[in-house]
Amino acid sequence: MIEFVRNVRLWFAPDLVREEGDTPDYRFSLANERTFLAWLRTALALIGGGFAVDQFLPDLRWAWRVGLALALLGAGVLCSLRAVNHWVRCERAMRKGEDLPVSRFPALLSLVVAVVAVAMVVVVLVGWEG
Amino acid sequence: MTAPRDPGLQPERTRLAWRRTTLSYAVAAVLAVRNVLHGGVSATSVVVVALCCSLWLGFLWVAHHRIRALATSARPTALAPRHTTAAVLCVVATAVCAAALVV
Repeated sequence: MIEFVRNVRLWFAPDLVREEGDTPDYRFSLANERTFLAWLRTALALIGGGFAVDQFLPDLRWAWRVGLALALLGAGVLCSLRAVNHWVRCERAMRKGEDLPVSRFPALLSLVVAVVAVAMVVVVLVGWEG
Repeated sequence: MTAPRDPGLQPERTRLAWRRTTLSYAVAAVLAVRNVLHGGVSATSVVVVALCCSLWLGFLWVAHHRIRALATSARPTALAPRHTTAAVLCVVATAVCAAALVV
């Protein structure tokens, strides 16, 4: 938790990251940047999915529609916050010559997306009957 | 101003990654506009959608800065954390706007 607070401080302070370790090969930094952008696109896709649920499933009951949309939007927020946090952690690990951080997040996100997908199938089937 | 070419085209790939992300963001913003056009126009929803669009412009600005930095230097420096944070805050704020529109 303390580590997380430290990382949050680093999000806003460019000089603190540069204080420790050596600058890695610029190609590694650019690869890290592209990974960050890929996660950001995932977050944007989840946000787009939230809008899509709201707009393209108008026959659903209000509670289900809004619940699913908010779940997707929440996942998008988490994903983007995680993107910046992981980027900072990787950047620091590369500067200090440590192993890159491991993460449970991809597994967690896949599970959430799978559950939402199943929920969508159920809701669409049940919602169109009822 | 053109820098010597990197054999792995790393700056170009990073530039295109920024472009792709801006495009994905544009899709989300268009969905927000569509939401208002189909769900009934009210003063609040128009303000929220305008906010979404300006957040997209903010992201575009960050991307533009980064792309310029990538294009002008042979050994681009790493992305500054405040740019990362600005980009992420735009996305998070868009999600909050989306939640406001959906509910």
